[in-house]
Amino acid sequence: MDLYEYQGRALFARHGVPVLDGGVATTTQEAVELAERLGDRVVVKAQVKVGGRGKAGGVKLADTVDEVNTHATNILGMDIKGHTVEKVMLTVTADIDEEYYFSYLLDRANRTFLCIASTAGGMEIEEVAHTAPEKVVKLPIDAGVGVTPEIADGIVTKAGFPEDLRDQLVDVFVKLWGAFVAEDATLVEVNPLVRTPEGRVLALDAKVTLDENADFRHPENAEFEDKAAVDPLEQRAKDSGLNYVKLDGSVGIIGNGAGLVMSTLDVVSYAGDNHGGVKPANFLDIGGGASAAVMANGLEVVLSDPQVKSVFVNIFGGITACDEVARGILGALQTLADRGEDVTKPLVARIDGNNAEAGRQILADANHPLITVVETMDAAADKAAELANKGA
Amino acid sequence: MAIFLNENSKVIVQGMTGSEGMKHTRRMLKAGTEIVGGVNPRKAGTKVDVDGVSLPVFASVQEAMAETGANTSVVFVPPAFSKAAVVEAIDAEIELVIVITEGIPVHDSVAFWNHAESKGNKTRIVGPNCPGIASPGKSNAGITPADITGAGPIGLVSKSGTLTYQLMYELRDIGFSTSVGIGGDPVIGTTHIDCLKAFEEDPETKAIVMIGEIGGDAEERAAEYIKNHVTKPVVGYIAGFTAPEGKTMGHAGAIISGSAGTAESKQAALEAAGVKVGKTPSETARLMREVIENL
Repeated sequence: MDLYEYQGRALFARHGVPVLDGGVATTTQEAVELAERLGDRVVVKAQVKVGGRGKAGGVKLADTVDEVNTHATNILGMDIKGHTVEKVMLTVTADIDEEYYFSYLLDRANRTFLCIASTAGGMEIEEVAHTAPEKVVKLPIDAGVGVTPEIADGIVTKAGFPEDLRDQLVDVFVKLWGAFVAEDATLVEVNPLVRTPEGRVLALDAKVTLDENADFRHPENAEFEDKAAVDPLEQRAKDSGLNYVKLDGSVGIIGNGAGLVMSTLDVVSYAGDNHGGVKPANFLDIGGGASAAVMANGLEVVLSDPQVKSVFVNIFGGITACDEVARGILGALQTLADRGEDVTKPLVARIDGNNAEAGRQILADANHPLITVVETMDAAADKAAELANKGA
Repeated sequence: MAIFLNENSKVIVQGMTGSEGMKHTRRMLKAGTEIVGGVNPRKAGTKVDVDGVSLPVFASVQEAMAETGANTSVVFVPPAFSKAAVVEAIDAEIELVIVITEGIPVHDSVAFWNHAESKGNKTRIVGPNCPGIASPGKSNAGITPADITGAGPIGLVSKSGTLTYQLMYELRDIGFSTSVGIGGDPVIGTTHIDCLKAFEEDPETKAIVMIGEIGGDAEERAAEYIKNHVTKPVVGYIAGFTAPEGKTMGHAGAIISGSAGTAESKQAALEAAGVKVGKTPSETARLMREVIENL
């Protein structure tokens, strides 16, 4: 889960990382009240989980409460690369002498953590990484040891940070590591980490990604979840314990196993090239069991997407035999009918694997008007794409 | 021969007495796996009857190994306790630990990997979040359906369970030496490269299927390894060509961030290493069939 900047800032503050005084507002009124409390020149920043907000006009300085009023009004509701701004963060401002870059992140390839640090931070850090890679230092962190003051001291030296900031930086690096570990983060990034003219070190931005697998040990972080920004279908699926991602197309997809479903999306997209360019409407993995109840919940979510014109159920019967899967599909349609759902969209089923023949026979015998059984994944994808194109 | 798991493997189950552990212990026994016991400190000293087979429950992995000569452990314990279970297996210096559990925090996976390294990597870790290892006709440790296919010349390594089953099914008339599900998490123990190396050295394996998916750069690194070290034919498949950036596709590790982790880059790297890459699972099976026919 990626956090908003204001959430990241709050998390930094919780772990003693120096940040500027500020807060968050969802209305202009709240922004004005917050500005009055802060009582100084403030910066008004759009809260979106996408880069480039400065260039889009989503970051403005305000010297007066009137200016806060104007900027907050303009920024709230603004669209930045398809993200609507629902909140603005206000902080007091700081004069900046130098900008640095600092992060801890997961290093998948080496199965450890990495620290990336640079004295050339700020907006152009990615450019710096390309043109002057020697200015960006990457240091593996031994997960068994972590970042002790001694190790943080080594980072200051290796990245070439100013000597007079050493003690402050060591403290910040240790505290950021504390936050990274304690919160089960996979990324904490500060860009810029700044030096003020008074020689203070401050984190002016906060980019944090938390590991959702660790949610169980962080009930307090549930508040970070932005239910308003989650697609309502995704929320509904999540509430039913389903692994669903909403996409933009018209072929609803249900399958078992993340890899197979991902593969199904690809195969349907290829098939769509021959059928008016139709695309998958979603990713939905109902997991190994594929019982009638789970299948019904999955179908219900997929069918309630108004963009869906046809549904492709792609199941490989492994542990669960295909005759059970077939009964699951029929049971799911019956369950939906019993719930009073309007089930009218055509469904293409491809079931393969353990007891496939028996499963297909059950579906054939049922002779359900909405179900077409196709033997192979490629042919079934083609049929589902064709039906979606006709239904469009 | 097969790799990592064979007819001589003696298997214990950590978390055997839980519902998933019980269900799959039953399946593994039925598949002919030599299961010698389970581990659960709270039920140590008791016996569990599984379809007429009486399996002892031990207090620790170490005790189970001492009593039974077990060399492989399959872990089904819930995510919150998985780290402790894997660390225990590493401390007991068991040869192989297969972590089936899905949903382990990545800091925990990094921690047990770090622990294994600090102990000199005496224990091979497979997973987490994986279907396990199946060497048809010899042993099955994990949740791979045992009756899809029999023994044969194909070695398979995959991030995805169901795609593994799909490929095994499509090539069931040819058969497999071993299939290794390495798991879909961002941090895993055994990698594509470890499996490629073992398959290259395994006389029973004549050709290799490698299944990858979006996220990370493991496939790119595997391609580099194939180019320099693998002489056996390799056929590849990558899932997730049409996945959008920034959305996790089921597996915690399957996410495209910026230009990193795309299916295109993985396909290009594999093809540059001489690997034939199928566009769909069926095409991948067809390519492998051709390879086998031309051996």
